Amino acid sequence: MDSLLPAVAAADAAPLAPGQLRELYSLMAAVRYLDTAAVAWQRQGIIPGYAPELGQEAAQVGSAYALDTARDFAFPTYREMGVARTMGVDMVAYMSTHKATWHGGMYDPLASRLAPIQAVVAGSVLHAVGWAHGQTLEGNDGVALAYFGDGASSQGDVHEAMNFAAVMKAPVVFFIQNNGWAISVPTERQVAGGSVAARAAGYGIPGIQVDGNDVIAVHEATRNAFAHCRAGNGPVVVEAMTYRRGPHSTADDPGRYRSLDDERIDAGEDPLERLRKRLLAEGAADEAFFTAANQAARAEEEAIRTGIEALGPRPGNEMFDFVFQETTPALENQATRWREESEHV
Amino acid sequence: MSESTTATLEAAARNEQSVKLSMQQALNRALDEVLAADPKTVVFGEDCGQLGGVFRITDGLQAKHGETRVFDTPLAESGILGMSVGLAMAGFHPIPEVQFDGFAYPAINQIVCQIARMNYRSRGKLPMPITLRVPSFGGIRAPEHHGESLEALFAHVPGLKVVSPSDPHDAYHLLKYAATRPDPVIFMEPKSRYWQKGDVDTADGGTLTGARIVRPGRHLTLVAWGAMVARCLQVAELAAEDGIDVEVLDLRWLKPIDAEALATSVGKTRRAVVVHEAPLTSGLGAEVAQLITQNCFDTLKAPVERVTGFDVPYPSGDLEDEYIPNIDRILLGIQRVLEYRRG
Repeated sequence: MDSLLPAVAAADAAPLAPGQLRELYSLMAAVRYLDTAAVAWQRQGIIPGYAPELGQEAAQVGSAYALDTARDFAFPTYREMGVARTMGVDMVAYMSTHKATWHGGMYDPLASRLAPIQAVVAGSVLHAVGWAHGQTLEGNDGVALAYFGDGASSQGDVHEAMNFAAVMKAPVVFFIQNNGWAISVPTERQVAGGSVAARAAGYGIPGIQVDGNDVIAVHEATRNAFAHCRAGNGPVVVEAMTYRRGPHSTADDPGRYRSLDDERIDAGEDPLERLRKRLLAEGAADEAFFTAANQAARAEEEAIRTGIEALGPRPGNEMFDFVFQETTPALENQATRWREESEHV
Repeated sequence: MSESTTATLEAAARNEQSVKLSMQQALNRALDEVLAADPKTVVFGEDCGQLGGVFRITDGLQAKHGETRVFDTPLAESGILGMSVGLAMAGFHPIPEVQFDGFAYPAINQIVCQIARMNYRSRGKLPMPITLRVPSFGGIRAPEHHGESLEALFAHVPGLKVVSPSDPHDAYHLLKYAATRPDPVIFMEPKSRYWQKGDVDTADGGTLTGARIVRPGRHLTLVAWGAMVARCLQVAELAAEDGIDVEVLDLRWLKPIDAEALATSVGKTRRAVVVHEAPLTSGLGAEVAQLITQNCFDTLKAPVERVTGFDVPYPSGDLEDEYIPNIDRILLGIQRVLEYRRG
């Protein structure tokens, strides 16, 4: 279960170049810095809430790094900041959802190739299947990258999505970040059989479990999965085993369900530290590189924070403007009433 | 060339303008034409392909338009609707079918949380031009969950539009209209009327937005939609024998509701009875009654009356006729309104 079809793996098996490894580190550093800062923003009252992805940087950056924004499309949940950053999404527009500016974020999903932020657990997994089937119907070679977690794997929509995709041979990479926890419920009380990837066999599609804290392993597994899909072989399940080092959200209190000792033991080695050691061991980077990467990450976070702080509320008429493409008389009446009563027009 | 000119020429080429079709045939023809006109349209659902759907609405469409345009899905409604979202995001115009009203429930998360909100969530960047066909309402002695009326549920959801035709002519034109709109439309087909024939003017659909007066009258307005329209027309004929001149208003669009048409009709007749199959409490009749009251309070001669199904699970076939508003119950509703005297 730990390898894809050999033919596909061989077809696209070039090792990552040192420059790519350094880029992966820079991305992970930027994500780590922004993620940690966002928790602080919440404590400082800059944003009302945030769902940290601390510890999942390798899983998110490594997988999204395999996506080609010219032809592919990613479907996130609410914890894919690292995916958005790796895909080059406007991060002020992305983080605006945590400022409570607009559900789904302010970025353009079509231009970004990233579906709006999704608050329904497993809500977008079927969307990925539909989008992917659309590529088949059009004769395109685009691949859908569907993100969800171990908690979402309990949802019926994940079963329907995998079955639909397998029946239709839709080019979907089902990418599970198994981070050990669905808020307070651990994987062993969430995922029967111990593995989401193992379920792939039931659908007759490949499933691989990968060390989700090893960015190179994650990237290679995802890249192979993309190649498998692009070759017209149908969907693949990739389960990245990682660990949610932080709380579920800034409103969560992990002390009620796990101890700090458990966290230290279960989290394993920090994915950034692992890559750093590897880069140093291979001579692919030196201390000056890491200093520069961290400085760049800090500068980036500052720029994003400035953008977030400058972000005012949207005009209230947008509540009405985006309900339909073609509005209705009743909605127009409500908008008029709202305007009169709120603005005293 | 305008759309209507094209349609006229097509009808002339077929040497027809008004044809007699059942609602099933009218819907089938509408889908056929939409598929032919727009290569981005896809029709799918359970048994929609080779079988042509359990009600044969998609009969022959796969053979004519191919398996990429008209296809079967696995038997999972959430999958069908969730997949529709992704197809719409990829630029398609999906026309999915849920086989029976009651099976929209398993898909409700995708309909309410996804289809209805994606345009909003994406700030208009990801429109959902999805027409969800739902064979609806009761009257065919079907098993449990095959006779439900979900219009109030759908109409309550921001982001959805809801329409129900009552005859083949409207079925043909409203489906073509709905399927070319940029917003999601729940298209509720009155399954008990699928096999009734009627004249379809293929060239001229008339006004496709808003309500339609199907029988003018002076004394009272009967408001109905779907299969209840035909029943209300029967009631109007019987009432006429007693000298009561009933106007029948086919609401057609259950969201948005044509408040103006209601006001015009009831402003004239000064009395109204709303008829629907769905349960009474929080049914769409309450919304209709409020709109009428709001706009016609000064001229109303009696409170708006509702003749509806009951607040019970839709019953088995043997009790169906006790549940669905029948001619006697509607006549009694009319009588209550006519006999109302201000205290």
